[in-house]
Amino acid sequence: MKLAGLGLLVSGWFIVVSALCLLPQPGRRAAFISAGMLVELLGLFLVGRAHRESLEAQE
Amino acid sequence: MIVPSTFDSTLCVLLIALLPLAPAGLALLNCGLGRSRSAAQSLLGALCLIAVASVVYFAWGFSLEGFAGGHAHSLRIGGVAWNWVAAGPLFLRGLSGSSLYAAAFQVFAVSLAALIPWGSGADRWRLGTACISTALLAGFVYPLFAHWVWGGGWLAQLGATFHLGGGFADPGGAATMQVLGGIAALVVVWILGPRRGKFQRSGPPAVIPAHHIAYVLFGCMVAMVGWLALNLLGAVLFAGLGGSALAITEVNTLLCASGALLAALLVTRLRFGKPDASLCANAWIGGLVASSAVAALVSPGAALFTGVVAGGVLPPAIEILELRCGIDDPSGGIAVHGLSGIWGLLVVGFLGRDASGGQMIAQLVGIATLLGLVLPVLYVLYWLLNRAIPFHTHPHGEHIGMDLHELGSGAYPEFVMHTDEFAPR
Repeated sequence: MKLAGLGLLVSGWFIVVSALCLLPQPGRRAAFISAGMLVELLGLFLVGRAHRESLEAQE
Repeated sequence: MIVPSTFDSTLCVLLIALLPLAPAGLALLNCGLGRSRSAAQSLLGALCLIAVASVVYFAWGFSLEGFAGGHAHSLRIGGVAWNWVAAGPLFLRGLSGSSLYAAAFQVFAVSLAALIPWGSGADRWRLGTACISTALLAGFVYPLFAHWVWGGGWLAQLGATFHLGGGFADPGGAATMQVLGGIAALVVVWILGPRRGKFQRSGPPAVIPAHHIAYVLFGCMVAMVGWLALNLLGAVLFAGLGGSALAITEVNTLLCASGALLAALLVTRLRFGKPDASLCANAWIGGLVASSAVAALVSPGAALFTGVVAGGVLPPAIEILELRCGIDDPSGGIAVHGLSGIWGLLVVGFLGRDASGGQMIAQLVGIATLLGLVLPVLYVLYWLLNRAIPFHTHPHGEHIGMDLHELGSGAYPEFVMHTDEFAPR
């Protein structure tokens, strides 16, 4: 789960950078950048969840 | 980079002399918020990390960061040149004028960033591995990101290349120092795990109280002076401000911190029945962190608003991180530096001098780069380092305290140390 979370973090950043390069229209660009950030937040949540689960397993 | 006038050059030299008060205040805070049996290791560690960060940055860090208008390497993708790393001189050789002021500013800035994870890993992080991880931060991660923001890199050029306002704006280092340090703190806490006795098999986490709240509050006052210097230098060197605009920057810094403190005072009074001194101190620093982004770029009213929101959100954020996410962060560095810094950067997008849709997008791209690129890179680097040399000290070392375990003597030899019976929440 930790790896998947880190993968999503990087994927979200690639979506943001791709939106900059490929979408000149401000509306679409903003939408894709927001989507990229949501993917990053999902990745952060997954890494945090994995950390929490490993903590509970140690206890 | 802006070339300072003669008056501003004198001002820069004076402000650079005040800069060390920011890491000094943070070191006091970290020490006071930790346990008494790790106090000497905390302060000695702060000095060691400042030393490692400044030496590594002097040796090759600045050559990767460079300065706006200096030599740099670019990648051409999609018809746009992405300026990603500088080709500056090693050992600060051949610098003069404004580039020299920027280099002097950065040597202290990188030290401040290095102290943020040190506070979060208090009471269990071995000093040796902390020094090596600081070398990675100061010699590789910090200079690259700072080049993108302050050295004329691709984030700074978002305005010119993609018509996004004036490009990513961060005159006081809210992203380059504070959020970067907060992210490093999060990674360190994930890798280290919690302190012994913090999380029980059943029931809520134990409260491990700060050992010296007077250090913490005095650290806040010391940090204030350093932060004023930080924000003023950023305004002169990276935002091109001078004259009366600098006075507004000073006022905004104070208003931001004051708003945050008062908001936290009210929130903790409502939540716990009495104001909580350590959370209020955290909010003061959180306000200063947010001011690093906004002080040079917003009106005084907007700075106060920024501080109030930063301080009001901080106590519940710290509580959620501990109770819901299993994060044991003695100094609160993740929320104080990470969240408050991100909030300040967002405010620049909608209340800043060049506020617009494009500016907001530029700010979002900067934040996305910190979360989506800097965090995974730091995680992998620290994870590999932890595999080679474990970050977490030996359980016996944690039991007797880091002072006795790593230094051989305690910070308060004539005082009686408490046992591990922490107060139930």
